[in-house]
Order: sequence, then structure tokens, then C-alpha cells
Amino acid sequence: MSHSRFALVAFAVAGAIIAASPLVPNDYYFSAAYTVLQFVILATAWNILGGYAGYVNFGSAAFFAVGAYSSVFLYKWAHPPLIVMIVSGTVAAGLLGLAVGYLTLRMRGVFFAIATLALAVVLYTFVVNWDYVGGARGAYILQPRDLPFGLTRYIHVLYAAMVLMTAFALVIARTIETSAIGRGLAAIRDDELAAECAGVPTLRLKVLAASVSGALMGMAGTTFPYYLSYVEPSAAFNLSYAVNSIAMPLIGGMMSWIGPLLGALLLGTVQQVVQVTVSSEWNLLIVGVLLVVFVTLAPNGIMGWVDAWKRRKK
Amino acid sequence: MKRLVASFSGALVALSLLAAPVLAQQPLKIGFGMSLTGPLAGNGKAALISMQIWAEDVNAKGGILGRKVELVYYDDQTNPSTVPSIYSKLLDVDKVDLVVSGYGTNVIAPAMPIMMQRSMTFMGLFGLNVNSKFDYDRYFQIMPSGPEPAIGWTQGFFDTAMGLNPKPATVALVGADAEYPALALQGAREQVKRTGLKVVYDKTYPPNTVDFSPIVRAIQATNPDLVYVASYPPDSAGMIRAANEIGLKTRMFGGGMVGPQFAALKAQLGPLLNGLVNYETFAPDVADKFPSLEQFLAKYQARAAKEGVDALGFYLPPFAYAMMEVLEQAIKAVGSLDQAKLADYMHKNEFNTYVGKVRFGKNGEWAQGRMLAVQYKGITGNDLEQWRKPGHVTVLTPAPYKTGNVATPYQDSRK
Amino acid sequence: MEFPTALVLNAIIAGLLLGGFYAAMSVGISISFGMLDVVNIAHPGFIILGSYIAYIVSDRLGIDPIAVSLALSPLFFLLGMAIYRIYYLCFEKRGQESLRGLAFFFGILFITEVALVLVFGVDYRSVRGAYSETTWRLGPMDFPMRLVVPFLVSIAMVVGIELFLARTFFGRAVLAVAQDSLALRLMGVDTLRVKEFAFALSIATAGVAGAFLIVIQPVQPAIGREYIGLVFAVCVLGGMGSIRGTLVGAFVLGLAESFTSTFAGPSWAPAVSFGLLLAALAFKPSGLFGR
Repeated sequence: MSHSRFALVAFAVAGAIIAASPLVPNDYYFSAAYTVLQFVILATAWNILGGYAGYVNFGSAAFFAVGAYSSVFLYKWAHPPLIVMIVSGTVAAGLLGLAVGYLTLRMRGVFFAIATLALAVVLYTFVVNWDYVGGARGAYILQPRDLPFGLTRYIHVLYAAMVLMTAFALVIARTIETSAIGRGLAAIRDDELAAECAGVPTLRLKVLAASVSGALMGMAGTTFPYYLSYVEPSAAFNLSYAVNSIAMPLIGGMMSWIGPLLGALLLGTVQQVVQVTVSSEWNLLIVGVLLVVFVTLAPNGIMGWVDAWKRRKK
Repeated sequence: MKRLVASFSGALVALSLLAAPVLAQQPLKIGFGMSLTGPLAGNGKAALISMQIWAEDVNAKGGILGRKVELVYYDDQTNPSTVPSIYSKLLDVDKVDLVVSGYGTNVIAPAMPIMMQRSMTFMGLFGLNVNSKFDYDRYFQIMPSGPEPAIGWTQGFFDTAMGLNPKPATVALVGADAEYPALALQGAREQVKRTGLKVVYDKTYPPNTVDFSPIVRAIQATNPDLVYVASYPPDSAGMIRAANEIGLKTRMFGGGMVGPQFAALKAQLGPLLNGLVNYETFAPDVADKFPSLEQFLAKYQARAAKEGVDALGFYLPPFAYAMMEVLEQAIKAVGSLDQAKLADYMHKNEFNTYVGKVRFGKNGEWAQGRMLAVQYKGITGNDLEQWRKPGHVTVLTPAPYKTGNVATPYQDSRK
Repeated sequence: MEFPTALVLNAIIAGLLLGGFYAAMSVGISISFGMLDVVNIAHPGFIILGSYIAYIVSDRLGIDPIAVSLALSPLFFLLGMAIYRIYYLCFEKRGQESLRGLAFFFGILFITEVALVLVFGVDYRSVRGAYSETTWRLGPMDFPMRLVVPFLVSIAMVVGIELFLARTFFGRAVLAVAQDSLALRLMGVDTLRVKEFAFALSIATAGVAGAFLIVIQPVQPAIGREYIGLVFAVCVLGGMGSIRGTLVGAFVLGLAESFTSTFAGPSWAPAVSFGLLLAALAFKPSGLFGR
């Protein structure tokens, strides 16, 4: 399927999902779905650099937080419409990805991972000390009272935005994967030295992947302040973003764009369900056990299983 | 593995509470999120135990409006991003009749939009000035800090300080980079403006700092008359230890430290707490002002020991219980679950609770602050029993509860 | 203005004492990550486990917690062996170590945390050694025993490991495995046994570091997560696989933290520490002592 055809299908599906919202009887679905879709975007974004190119990013929370805090900053400064905030946050995070990529992607893979970890801590410290966006005190972001399209609950607006952003992220991921860029990244993942020798512009491709990956992670964070109404650094920089954005592609399969989608839907939904049923420390245990079991038994994730099954059928 | 058995039986009890309605009538469901895991879990669990005790007490007397009370709760993991989903589920899927909050601003604020949309009356537990931005008229706070929480929180320390002779001139402000300490320090800065003190040190530290001696040394280098600290348990312990190790010399030290109110830290630090001026919400020395509290604390302490949470329960548990008492009294007075009527009643009336009389003022905060500023004294050794009896705490303010004057300077009152 | 000698001297002392503690926490990572390429992100979890075990035994029997942890280190050693076995069978053998191993250890980190919560509850625990409230004063300098004793034991432990690796036969086998595992296998050495031993050693150090932690500050099951960044930073800054480097890296970070806290503002300490790490990675990625 060509790129444009896929994009059309993706957005059509997104539109259908959004149009079906009035059929959902309660708001809990929207709230839970918002969180799950947030992880779909994060996982998809992470996979562009982590799965396609093989460079592990430990600092997903940093890019996510850049998206969130750029929204906070704009809210306090100019209070623009949501779409402006989304675009700005995405661009800001993308620029960060560009800068970090350019500085650190010359290093061996494992050092890049440590650098992203260090980056998260440095950014966290900056945000904590940045009084304008509230610092450690936190910032209140009030949901608007007048809603577009005659909607009554703001969570519906956030949900719709999230669905559209998810479609966008998936389109980007698939476009990269099936294009020359994706092939170049795969060459880097398999053997970077050989790729260099074969003439692949490794640094340029890696930096591109880092920028896109960072931008999409930031995009996932741009509506977060509205979702919570109160943002403070430890919420935005939570460890769960780093863990989940690695775990979900691992579980789903890192080779294609479907993997992170599947992994995020699965793990995200399990987390949401467990949170409101077995609610307690067992919650964390279940996540931990799932992680260990999946990673041990399904080396290439769910998509790996599917591929193996397809191959066996032949 | 006692804890394992305890948590399993706790889960069974919770399940049975959730599963079978005992009466023919539908149970009255009260829903909330609570921090059962994560950094604030110690307080969250203590609050939960108190609320469970309340539910048992109420049901023993026949329930409210003839219906048995049932608590429906989920663990918010001290993570704000879980809160919107939790309260959505409680209201839309579990169809609870009433909601109250979890512990702390972090988990109260994210629930506000939902409360406002559904016009629910919402009680907050120890959130620092959450409603100032939302301006919601059905929000009520359970925390004795008074109408301007950050100011009320810091009032005791600074009032006592300005009563010293000669008046102090300089103050050092320090706290953790986290929500509560940052807000408390903001309140402290307001106090500084009010009292005309000069700030000679005003810095914050990362919450996971290991060694506090560089910080305390830097503070000492500025020779402050007063040192005001806003901190959470691990850093409170660290600051107190560092102050003792360095031999901090100042007239008054302490202020807004969370931690020394808990059994664990009282036992661990023991005599290191002598001389510290801090806030408490209860002390055995003023137990006579809060008559039924002894009975509640006995029940609480029995359960807390089994569950591995704050063994004394002086800090949060009485207020968690009082929160439910207020709700109970309001419902009984109004005779229904009409949220508007409940809010109206709560605005206009005074409540008699285990923590004394409660009246709500602007923004749902307490009309009158009642934080106790205390100074620890005469602590010997690290046993917990001495804390159960009066004599180790001098209550400095407010006036109705005062038992003595502050001993200064800090370095002398440490002995 | 007079030069703040006392302040500077004490900042140096505090930085070094802190660095000694950081070194104890990170030496295990230096072995498992630096030498064996195992991304053991659960290392802080094992440290906390060590804290609690030291707490329980010390509480019941009244023995000093650090002594307890040293006595019980064989237990942690065996635990490390078991974990490495599982790791090897599931991941290394199949050749997909890094990422899958990472997720595996994340899972272990959470499982350890939950186990501790279930057994001990979420309240903060702390242990007082007999020396916890003593401070040795020498002129303007303060040496709080609460930090000095862990520092001394830590230095002994790190130096001991360095000597073991450099001087003993098995130790040199570990270094060889780190350098060129394939060549070693071709020479007929059972590299699995060597790696297993090394990993077990790293977990044993975690157990001892746990005792240091709970003597220095109160511990709660969830605080392991806060040290992930630090232990990897020390290892990388010092140079992967160099024990000497880990010690120096730990001192550098300890001093940076101490000086920033004293003179600039404690809030910036993490930015300075990790900023140093980023700078090191940008200019000398192999670290201070790396090969």
C-alpha cells in the first residue's frame, strides 16, 4: 500500500473512531483510552530510533516533558488554541531530539542510552528551577469552558486530539519504515560499520530518526497538562514513560510499525484494567512479571510470533 | 510474611465489602483514589485505615440514611496521571454516591475538573490551596491550616519567632524541590514580608539528596537567626541529622518538616529531635481538647501495627476520619445525597469532629487555622512509648492550646 | 571577604565521603555493565534488598548493619549466580542481550520492589549504628561517623575488588572475559563460569552497599528508582570496566554535588553532575580511565 493510501486509511479510521464517541456510555472509557493512546504514540516514536535503528533511548520522559511544559509555557504566556500548543510542543521536542542526536549519536549505542538518561535528569533539574512554569510548585492549567463542535466534556476533545495524533504517528512511522530512510536505518541496526562502508549516510539518518522520534514523543505530551489540570515535574518525568516506551515495542515487536501499536494496546490496556481492579502493589507486580515473561518467551515480540507462524505455514 | 497474610486478608475484606450487599437496600458507596504505593504511600495507607475504621463505626450504628456505607477505592500510586481515570471510573462505572479525594495536592488537583463537570461536592485531604485557581464552590478542605493555607501553615513558626526577645532579624529558608515544600516556602516568604525579616539564604534541594551537611553548612555560614525548613520524611531526617552533626547554631530551627510527626521518624531520630520547632496536628499534651480522639487512636494504632504504617497516627489519620465525619453529619442533616444541598449545608454550618470544631471558609478552606506549632524536648533514647505520653512536646501556638514557651537558642535546647 | 576555608574544607570532605558511598553502589555496575555488558538496571533494587536484610537482622540481633551485610554477602553472591544463570539461558545464549536483558531487569526491579512492599510495608526504615550520632571534629573539619564508617568499608571493598581482579587468577579471567570473550572461549576457558562469578560478585557488592544506604538515610522500597541514573553515570564517567575509574568517577560526582550544594544551590546539583557526564560523553566517551 502506498504512503498516501495508508495515510488516507489511517485518518479515515481515526475519523470513524472519533465519530463513534457519542455511542460510548461513560467518560471512563475516554480517560483510559487517552492514557493508552498516549503510550501508543510514545511506543511508536521510541521505536523509530530504538527498533528501526537500534539506538535505545532511556530518556523518553524528557521529550514527553518538553511537549508538556511547552504547552504550560504557552498557556501562561499567550494562551493560544490547542492546535498551536500541539504543533509548538512537537517542534520543540523535535529540536531537542536534533540537538541531542547530533551531539551523542556519534557514540556507540550504549553511550547514547546513558546520555539520554543524563539528559532526562538535567532537563528535570531545569524545569524544577524554572519558576515561570511553576517549578516544583506545579502549574495549574484550567480546561476551557467553551468547547468546539458543541461538545460538553473536555475529555472528549482531548480524546479526539489523541486519536488524530496517534494516526499521525503511525503514518509517520510506517512511511519511514517502508522508505529509503527505513532501509538505511535497518542497515545501521544490522551492522553500522558495514553500512558506513556501503555509503549509507549513517549520522544524518540517525539524527533524522532522533529528531522525528523526539518530536512525536513531545507531541504525546502536549495535551497532558490539560488532561491533568495540574502539572508538576515528577508527574511529567515519571519513570513509567521510560519503562513503557521500551517495554511496549519489545512486547509488540520492534521491526515494524504494528509492533509498538500492538504492544502499547496490550500492555496499556492491561495496566488500565489492573489499576481499577486488583488496585494495590500487585499492580506493579503484574507489570513486572508480564515484562519478564514476555521478554523471555517472545524474543521478537508478538509480531515475531506472527511472522514465525506465517513462515511455518509456508 | 505477616504482611503478606495481612494484605491478603485485607484484600479479602475489601473484596467482601465490595461484593455482597448485606441489606436489602443498596449500600451507600463512597469512592476515592488513595496512594497505596509510591512515595506518599505511608500516609495514604494510614488515611485508608482511618476511613475504614469510620465505615465500620458508622455501619455498627446502622449506616447513613438506613444504608450501609461501602468504600470503593483504587490505588493512585502517588501518580497524578492515574487520577482522572480513577474518578471517571468511580463516577461513571462504579456509580458511587459520593467522592472524596486522595492525599495531597498532586492527586486532588487532577480530579477537580471532573468534580466541577458533575457538580459533585468534593472533600480534599491535605491539599495546599488547590481551590485558589479553580474557585469551585463545592470543594472543602480537611486540613487545619486556615483560609490561606500556605500562610496558616507557616504562621506558628513565625509568630513564635517574632515573640522572641530580642526580635530576630534574619532567616534562612530551605526546602525540597517538591510540591508541598515549594508551596510552604512560598507561604514562608509571605511571612517574611509581613514580619520584615531579612532572608539570608533561600535555596531548595533535590528530594533524593543523600548528604545534607553541605547545605546545613552553607546555611550556617550566613549566620541566620531562624532556619525554616519545608521537607518530606527522608530529607527531614537528613536535615535534622546534619544539623546535629554540624552543631547548627541558630535561635530557632524547624518549621514545616513532614516526618517528625510519624512514629518511624520519632523512633529513629529520638533525642536528635530535641529543640526542633515543628508543626503537629495533634499531641498527647493537648489530648483533653480533643475528647474522643483517644478512643479512635487506640483503634487505629491496633490496625496500623499490623499493616506496617505509622504506628502513632498523630498526623493524618484523625483528619481522614474527621473528613468522613463531616460528610456523615452533612448527609444526616440534609437528609439526602443532593450534592447542592450538601455543599450549601457545609458552607453554612459548624461540625463537631474528633479533631475539634470545623467550620469552612473561603474556597472551602478552614475558617480558622489550627496548626499546632510545637517544640520537642526531653526525649531520651529511641523508644516510641515516651511519645504516647505528654511531656515531650511544648505547644507554642495557637493560644487556646499553648502549654509553654519556646526554648532558644536551638543549640542549647538540643540537650 | 575572607576565604571560606572551613566551608571549602568541609565541602571537600563531604564530597569525598559521599563519593566513597557512590563508589560502593556503582562498583557492581562497573562489573556487570562495564565488563560483562549486562544492563542490570535492577542493581539499585538489589541494593534496597540489601538495606532491608541488613535492617531486619540488625534489628533482631542487635549487630551492626554493615557487619551483617558483610557476613551475609555470600547469600547475595548466590542470588547473583542464580540470576545470571536465568539471564544467560534466556538472553545471552540467543544473542539478544542488551535490550531484552534491559527489559528483563526492569521487570526484576519492579518485582523486587513489590516483594519488599508486601513484606515490610511502605514506611521508611532506618538503622542506627553505634557510631551514627558521633562526629569526629578536627579543627574546622567535621567527620560524621555515619558517613565515615561506610566510606572506609566501601574503599576497602572497592580496593579489594580491584586487587582481586588484577592479582588473582580468577580475577584476571574476569578481565579477560571483558576484553575478548571469544578468544577466551577458543582457549578453552569456561567463560560462562567466569561471567557468572563476576555477576555474582556485583550483586554481593549491592548487598553491602545496601547496608551503607540504610545507615546513611531512611529507606523505603520505591527509592531504588532514584539511583538508577547515578550508578550508571559513575560507571560511565569513570570508564567502563575500570574499577579505579569507578572510584574516581564516584569522587568526581560526590565533589561536584558537594560543591554545588554548598556554593551554588543544592537544586542544581543533579544538573551539574549529569552535565559533567554529558560533557565527558561528548569529549571522551571512554570515560576517565577507559580503554
